[in-house]
Amino acid sequence: MNGEKITKVVLFVSSLLILFLAAGMVYTLLNGAIPAFNKFGWNFIFSSEWNPTEGKEEYGALSFITGTLLTSILALLLCIPMSFSASLFLGEYYKNTKIANILGSMVDLLAGIPSIVYGLWGFYVIKPLIVDLGFNEQGFGIFTSALILSIMIIPYATSLSSEIIKMVPNELKEAAYSLGATQQEVIFNVIVPSARSGIVASYILAFGRALGETMAVTMLIGNANIIPKGLFDTGNTMASVIANQFGEAEGLKLSSLIAIGLLLFLITGIVNSIGKLIINKLS
Amino acid sequence: MGKMRCNKIQTDGFSFRLVKNKVFFCFVIFMSMIAISPVFFIIIKLIIKGIRQINLNFIIDVAPNTLEAMTAIANGEIIPGGIANGITGSILMVLLASIMAIPVGILTGIYLSENQDKIYANIIRNISEILQGVPSIVLGILSYLWIVINITKGFSAFAGSVSLAIMMLPLIIKSTEETLKMIPSTIKEAALSLGVPYHKVIFKVLLPTGLGGLLTGILLAISRVLGETAPLMLTALGSSVVNFDITKPTSAVPLLIWEFYNDPNLLDLVWSSSLFLMGFVLILNIIVKKMANKWRYC
Repeated sequence: MNGEKITKVVLFVSSLLILFLAAGMVYTLLNGAIPAFNKFGWNFIFSSEWNPTEGKEEYGALSFITGTLLTSILALLLCIPMSFSASLFLGEYYKNTKIANILGSMVDLLAGIPSIVYGLWGFYVIKPLIVDLGFNEQGFGIFTSALILSIMIIPYATSLSSEIIKMVPNELKEAAYSLGATQQEVIFNVIVPSARSGIVASYILAFGRALGETMAVTMLIGNANIIPKGLFDTGNTMASVIANQFGEAEGLKLSSLIAIGLLLFLITGIVNSIGKLIINKLS
Repeated sequence: MGKMRCNKIQTDGFSFRLVKNKVFFCFVIFMSMIAISPVFFIIIKLIIKGIRQINLNFIIDVAPNTLEAMTAIANGEIIPGGIANGITGSILMVLLASIMAIPVGILTGIYLSENQDKIYANIIRNISEILQGVPSIVLGILSYLWIVINITKGFSAFAGSVSLAIMMLPLIIKSTEETLKMIPSTIKEAALSLGVPYHKVIFKVLLPTGLGGLLTGILLAISRVLGETAPLMLTALGSSVVNFDITKPTSAVPLLIWEFYNDPNLLDLVWSSSLFLMGFVLILNIIVKKMANKWRYC
């Protein structure tokens, strides 16, 4: 009986550790961000001024928030045709076949490639391509990073939505086929409507991934502390500005970077929770 | 399930719909190929550019400095040196992270699978899922504030491994819970009915039965953190020598890639070290896939 109690206590304590870890994370970020929020107040979120000159220090995160949202939304839009096709390939056209298995493994491998390798590939292969095509002069910018991000989030968007598409009941599809629908019509009139919320959830989760990606974006976005004026303009995301400037930061600047980390933590937390909520409602 | 793709009878009147059907099918195939093509492009690029540098010295030598590289390039030789400091650092930090994350992860996973419907367990499950979505750079900041500032008073392998451990935790918790959920409750009940104490049921019945699933989860978590760069930049910093002291700055393969990338003279090494890292991560991924198929856990 004693052994049982000890085991239960040990299991409970380890779950408690997770709780403390999460609480500690929120506390530490809040604590570190307080000086920046005290100094700048709401202006920290609504100002795009980023001036580390001593004496005239002024920090606002607006340009990084815009940069993050712009790259992630664009990445999501670019990702949709690819991952929607791949999930139809896996969940409908070649459902449960060997070729689907191979494609599925390839999509999984995309998730296994380290972020920094994506960054290198983007820098040495995609960036020159963008320059050659004449989109912009240096090749850096929102569009280049979004393009790489869109590839990086394909596996997250595809694996869940292909499972959901697979689960659409055969009876529904067969009913449509028996009325003379083509497969394409079945996809758009039967499969997509009945798998809609699952597909949306998988894109939300993929979007959450894109928000926090650091290395590849840092290498490709051009690192300019301004609000990007167009899709081919350079900029900075919340993650990339932390990666770039954390090393030499102290005092107010450090606190501002921690505050950006806190904002990033909150935004990804909210986006992921919405995605999970939709998935939990499904099952 | 029968194939009911086209309706031949109505072909004449509805050919536009059939064409649309075919066009969409081609679009799906084409876009799917585009989606997976980066895997090939990246691997081929890495092999072409990087294979030249990979030899025994690459694994046993430490990274060269700019001067050595410049002389070698001037003489038309390949750059000497390797990534030994990165390899040892990566192993050290991933090992430390595993020591921290695996016990807590597995025990919490057991707790969650044993207490499915409790509100508290649900809260922990949700927290773990939110942790999984936290960007790795934020974990770097946290480990910097906790370990670098307060405990090791400087950049250290320990700080790096803490950020990696937090990344591994939710993955291990989830795979443990999913694996244990799939073990038939009859096995557990059989052991309990024989009067086996609870802790023995867990450690001698449940864990051995689900061992494959647990290992798969652990390997997957390791393969995810091996390529992590961002949190290590803020915590482990990097080092030009082989270091096994966990309170000192330490290098890692992805950190070396970042250093090589920033130094034009060491550019050739970027490709070979990326190839090395990719090869390692991909092999781990393939093992995970094989194991997952065998243990029917995904």
